[in-house]
Amino acid sequence: MATLSNTDSTEDRPAILDKVNPAPWNEPPLVLNNRSFNWVTEKICGIVEGKTPTWWWWCFITAMIIASFTGMGLIYLVSTGVGVWGNNNPVNWGWAIVNFVFWIGIGHAGTLISAILCLLKQKWRTSINRGSEAMTVFAVMCAGIFPLFHVGRVWFAWWLFPLPNANAIWPNFRSPLEWDVFAVSTYFTVSILFWYMGMIPDLAVLRDRAKETWRKYFYGFLAMGWRNANNHWRNFEMAYLLLAGLSTPLVLSVHTIVSFDFAVANLPGWHTTIFPPYFVAGAIFSGFGMVLTLLLPLRAVFGLHDLITQTHIDNMCKITLATGSMVGYAYSMEFFIAWYGANSYEGFAFINRAFGNYWWSYWIMVSCNVICPQLFWFKKIRENTPLVWVISIFVNVGMWFERFVIANTTLSRDFLPSSWGYYSPTVVDIFTFFGTFGFFSILFLLFLRFLPLMPLAEVKSVMPQADPHGGKHS
Amino acid sequence: MEIKYGISATFNSAKDIYVAAGKIREEGYQNWECYTPIPVHGLDAQMGVGRSKVPCFTLLGGVTGFFTGMLLVWFMNAFDYPLIVGGKPYFSPIYPFPVFYELTILFAAFGTLFGMFFLNRLPQHNHAVFEHPKFGKTGDDKFMVVIEIEDSKFDDQATPAFLKDLGGKSVTVIRESID
Repeated sequence: MATLSNTDSTEDRPAILDKVNPAPWNEPPLVLNNRSFNWVTEKICGIVEGKTPTWWWWCFITAMIIASFTGMGLIYLVSTGVGVWGNNNPVNWGWAIVNFVFWIGIGHAGTLISAILCLLKQKWRTSINRGSEAMTVFAVMCAGIFPLFHVGRVWFAWWLFPLPNANAIWPNFRSPLEWDVFAVSTYFTVSILFWYMGMIPDLAVLRDRAKETWRKYFYGFLAMGWRNANNHWRNFEMAYLLLAGLSTPLVLSVHTIVSFDFAVANLPGWHTTIFPPYFVAGAIFSGFGMVLTLLLPLRAVFGLHDLITQTHIDNMCKITLATGSMVGYAYSMEFFIAWYGANSYEGFAFINRAFGNYWWSYWIMVSCNVICPQLFWFKKIRENTPLVWVISIFVNVGMWFERFVIANTTLSRDFLPSSWGYYSPTVVDIFTFFGTFGFFSILFLLFLRFLPLMPLAEVKSVMPQADPHGGKHS
Repeated sequence: MEIKYGISATFNSAKDIYVAAGKIREEGYQNWECYTPIPVHGLDAQMGVGRSKVPCFTLLGGVTGFFTGMLLVWFMNAFDYPLIVGGKPYFSPIYPFPVFYELTILFAAFGTLFGMFFLNRLPQHNHAVFEHPKFGKTGDDKFMVVIEIEDSKFDDQATPAFLKDLGGKSVTVIRESID
């Protein structure tokens, strides 16, 4: 082995290594058409600074009208009593909890995009994270309405919080519902902090570009005097990373605790350990459905094709596919465990889910959540934007039905046949839920009009010009 | 009355300011700052500044939050109004863990945001660099260096010349008005 002792290193290496050329990894550009920094600034700020488009007003008026249904529903509920909802024995939760879990779940994709994908260094998140975070905040607002009014006497809802009241009693911390109060309010607060902090540099850009006095004051106040200094960026980036690191366990805990609302109860169909991961996967699935539903029209209307590229849509579709498959796996695993666990009540609960009194909701859920996203295996379908949008709507519908199935099939058929019942929503239930879409749209439209839709600095950071080494790592 | 705050020079790319920052540090300047539209990767090291202190505030917030949660549950369910529910103990670190967990995150998040504000000395709605006529461009596509008059190495002739040598464009004196 004379060659091994040879000091000339080129002769030591097996000859084949010289011939191996790593395949070039063509990372698709995240901003198309070689745009400049200035183009990005003009594009994003232009949305806020330009004249209010006519379609915006039409959407806003429609959203107001739709939101008024929630107003009507709630006013009627409060003035008459919680009995105007369809909830009754044995289904005491009805649409209220279904809608609550539905909206909370939608919020989760926003946090996934802003926090988890940030920790995983997924650069494509930059152009979609602001809109998704806004979606999170607004979805949690919609979610909050339902448990708030479901308590019955809404003027006592503040008893949920650890505040001293005239009865001198405190919240019961042994209850998962109380954990939920902490989880959801923390989630809401931290989501707002994260959203706002990420927006500060962009608000400063809007401040510096502002012509009108009200804009100077409005953005000036919100920007807190940010001045793009490297020292600012240094602390900002660290804080951003930390908030991402805090939001990741937070978002996982929120839907885990929401699932505890069910899983801690000793009811067949609810009392399962699979619930936390299954709920989290479902939440991310539904959230991505909503992100696609919101961003695809915005991309078309504002001409953001260079910023939200086919790569972004592909990635979102693939995450939807992955989480949809996880949810499908959880559905089948629930059935397996119900059979394998040999508990007759559990077994009945699942047979009843698929073939019992609410069979139709179960099969809507399976077709929307498990079958529909499987279409995303095909590139042709992922590239067909209108079809992707339609599938995203199916995902939203399916995930609403998932919560309906979980909450209602179990409650309507529990241990004693004598206590069985059938739940149907009343028109007040339907009004209240329908209106929340209007409420959500109002908030989202205001966001589009007044706040930057994309984080300028983050989008610019993934462009080739941001590289201080000019493309070559020294 | 107006006084001089510093001298600014503009650069057109992240690469240019990255190189310039290294040279300014080597020259021995202390009171200077880069204003950039994006956080330029590696600029901290070029400027010779260390790691951000924000994590200290996060940790402080997190620890406070955890113990606040514990104190809250103990005070409310075990001390002020002990109430038997479901045969569970009045206080335990186990069953109300979600409450501690959420408050840890909540306080840590506040610690992070306010820590960032504190370290950046925000809110500070007025600052001399805002007087620069083209300051707004640093949020768009220009990269600016400002060497303050406070710096011991600052010189009315040598500093602007040095910035020009580095390739800095539109070298400008920034003045701030004081009452």
